Amino acid sequence: MTTEILMPALSPTMEEGTLARWLVKVGDAVKSGDVIAEIETDKATMEVEAVDEGTLEAILVPEGAEGVKVNTPIARLSGEVSSAMSPSVSPVPEVATPPATPAPVQTPPAPAISPARDQAPTPAPTSGTAPTREGGARVAASPLARRVAAREGIALESLTGSGPHGRVVLRDVEAALAAGGARVAGGKAPASAAAAPVRQSLSLEQMGIAPGSYDLVPLDGMKKTIARRMTESFRDVPHFPLTLDIELDALLAARAQINALSEAPENKVSVNDLIIKAAATALIRVPEANASFTDAGIARHHHADIAVAVAIDGGLITPIVRGADLKSLTVIAREMKDLGARARARKLKPEEYQGGTFSISNLGMFGIKSFASILNEPQGCILSVGAGEKRAVVRGEALAIATVMSVTLTCDHRVVDGAIGARWLTAFKALIEAPIAMFV
Amino acid sequence: MSAPDTFDLIILGAGPGGYVAAIRAGQLGLKTAIVEREALGGICLNWGCIPTKALLRSGEVYEALDHLGEYGVSVQGRAYDFEAVVQRSRKVAQQLSAGVAFLMKKHKASVIEGVASLVKGASAPQVKVALKGGGERLLTARNVILATGARAREIPAAGLVADGERIWTYRDAMVPKATPKSLLVIGSGAIGIEFASFYRALGVEVTVIEALPRILPQEDAEISAAAQAAFEKRGLAFRVGANVKKLSRTGGGVAAEIEREGKTERLEAERAIIAVGIVANLEGVGVEALGLACERGHVVVDAHGATNVPGLYAIGDVAGPPWLAHKAMHEAVHCVEHIAGVAGPRTPAPIPSCTYSTPQIASVGLTEDQAKAAGRKVRVGRFPFRVNGKAIAAGETTGLVKTLFDAETGALVGAHMLGAEVTEMIQGFALAMTLEATEAEIFATVFPHPTLSEVMHEAALAAYDRPLHI
Repeated sequence: MTTEILMPALSPTMEEGTLARWLVKVGDAVKSGDVIAEIETDKATMEVEAVDEGTLEAILVPEGAEGVKVNTPIARLSGEVSSAMSPSVSPVPEVATPPATPAPVQTPPAPAISPARDQAPTPAPTSGTAPTREGGARVAASPLARRVAAREGIALESLTGSGPHGRVVLRDVEAALAAGGARVAGGKAPASAAAAPVRQSLSLEQMGIAPGSYDLVPLDGMKKTIARRMTESFRDVPHFPLTLDIELDALLAARAQINALSEAPENKVSVNDLIIKAAATALIRVPEANASFTDAGIARHHHADIAVAVAIDGGLITPIVRGADLKSLTVIAREMKDLGARARARKLKPEEYQGGTFSISNLGMFGIKSFASILNEPQGCILSVGAGEKRAVVRGEALAIATVMSVTLTCDHRVVDGAIGARWLTAFKALIEAPIAMFV
Repeated sequence: MSAPDTFDLIILGAGPGGYVAAIRAGQLGLKTAIVEREALGGICLNWGCIPTKALLRSGEVYEALDHLGEYGVSVQGRAYDFEAVVQRSRKVAQQLSAGVAFLMKKHKASVIEGVASLVKGASAPQVKVALKGGGERLLTARNVILATGARAREIPAAGLVADGERIWTYRDAMVPKATPKSLLVIGSGAIGIEFASFYRALGVEVTVIEALPRILPQEDAEISAAAQAAFEKRGLAFRVGANVKKLSRTGGGVAAEIEREGKTERLEAERAIIAVGIVANLEGVGVEALGLACERGHVVVDAHGATNVPGLYAIGDVAGPPWLAHKAMHEAVHCVEHIAGVAGPRTPAPIPSCTYSTPQIASVGLTEDQAKAAGRKVRVGRFPFRVNGKAIAAGETTGLVKTLFDAETGALVGAHMLGAEVTEMIQGFALAMTLEATEAEIFATVFPHPTLSEVMHEAALAAYDRPLHI
């Protein structure tokens, strides 16, 4: 009896993925539980386990094949029993996100609209994940596709080739044109295949940058997703930043006390863990800020699921501390260590980085004073945390020194207006400056 | 009848579509059965493409005797043994049919001889076979491919009905006892023209009647005209824009009453060949009971060959034009890969078309009229064989190559050839189109000298006003 092994869906929304690696070869005996392949979505690498026994009779989808549709047969197993495959995630241990540093002072918040751009989180796998070119190699494209793309100002690298071996053929260029191929100035188009209209760009050459004067790093699935989601969010969501300075000395003292209580390294709490806890608590206190805009109405979330941006090789990802409002600091600390490590290994399960209600991006460890992140749809707010640094503050009529950090809350104005944002920041500031309030 | 035999795939018909599907299925590890009511290889191999090529070759060799003097050669006397000509053609067909039997065995396809009909089944239709040796077998599979082909079209209202004696279909025309003195060929598609060319080579008085205003109506108009001129030089007669009102038997032969430009004419001959198109073989398959969607006499399929009946696919002639063996083979491979789940996206491949007359005609892509009708601005290149070194040396100077390029993108949109061996060369243009070549890649390709194929290069250059040898 021959059984087909099908491409597994690693999440309910997954439509296709990349068959990153075969861990078995034709003729190998496979038994239940053996890891036989690795599948890559734009966010994670997952292992595929055999459910039944048999001999691998044929590999139908070669290693490195991109855009493999869910339920496509990827291999054939011969054996008595019928077999199916189940995806399993293999976790990797290790430590978490970077903390910011501390100190106090206060500024009144004021709503303003000033676009700021910066790194920001990106979640969710795209369905139309486009294939990437191997190692910056020349894009395989037919002469006709090349010529038409050049005429129309479409960057070939932005296209998904549907020809043999991922070759870009005329119909791919025509599809891009049909998808709304406005010709836009600018370097590499962040366009991803599928979904949203593809943003086309002139080639660098057309923009006056000589060929050969740069190296081209191909866009992988993650880069494409970031490009697409951030472009859509920044363009389509009316957003504004609110900035506030917060004194950190009390929080730093509390952290030192907490950590003194525990010897176990996995229980050590970072400033970032405290910020997560404070943010979650503030969201419960100001529920209007824990919300998402939908066409049907504003969704107010029951729990604070905090997405934390983690920089990883080749991009970033936002693992989520679910129900952070209900979790103790030590639990948050342990979870963040685990999530951060697995994020860096690209081993997160989709449900671990999809669907938070609020995001935190912390660039304090880089010494960044203040920045405003791009919203992570569908979340109503994202908090950008700057570095804690000793600053001169005015107490009464005298100058004093305090550890101060500037935080910026970027708000989706359809959900959170200035006053709500200000109320949330005030609640957050109160918790950071008097951390004991988090525990009552 | 015993319990049903179960397969992964059952193929109805072992013509070029069916047997290629069986081979690909075998390569992909599908347990396959192929049902054939007559002979492995189907019409193509037994009664079409292959045996006609054998006949045509005999005709060419014989006709070449007319020109021996030009080559400085002479022979004493000339004759042909028509029985031997036909026998050779049959032997060629038999050899290849045996080859298909070997291929079926090699790829572990179960060959079932008999007449199949489809019965409603669970996930796919079941196949009931009335076995050649008697008895019946019921086969089931997850997927069934209909590859039953087509046969000559007859038009009873105009008397266009074969009697096997004086009024022939292609099949009768392949195995007569002797050559007639005169012949009417009704229809000037590839089949009609090939028989006309063959019989003319053996000295038969041939008149070709075509209802449309020009012969080889599927070809580019310029090629049609040049071909007709070349055929007339060989002594073929034509009546174009002529409707056959009535074809009937006379005392010793046949007579066709034709109407042309409002005038009627009576043409007499010993024999007539009906070559007015084909109809799909759908009768008795049981398609009515399944509710199979058909349109203009053929099965409606999607890009993968899937019909509206779950689990049922159709490929080749039964699935619509162009009625060409290589189209059936191409569809077969994609259809089976789709069933096995390993197919890539279906690329609409340009399908070349070939007529093996003297001179030959071959084409791929759009004709100039089609391109214009589609609103495409094209650049047209032409180059004749009469200035080509190899053509002159070989004494094969008839014909030309015509190329069409998209004026804006340089895409090769069509190529049309008339001349010696052009059926062997058209694949060069087909390959260029599949690879989406532009004029630049064709220019940059080195064509060997001296060859007839240099005319292809020149015709491309000519489209950009830069041919070298004219």
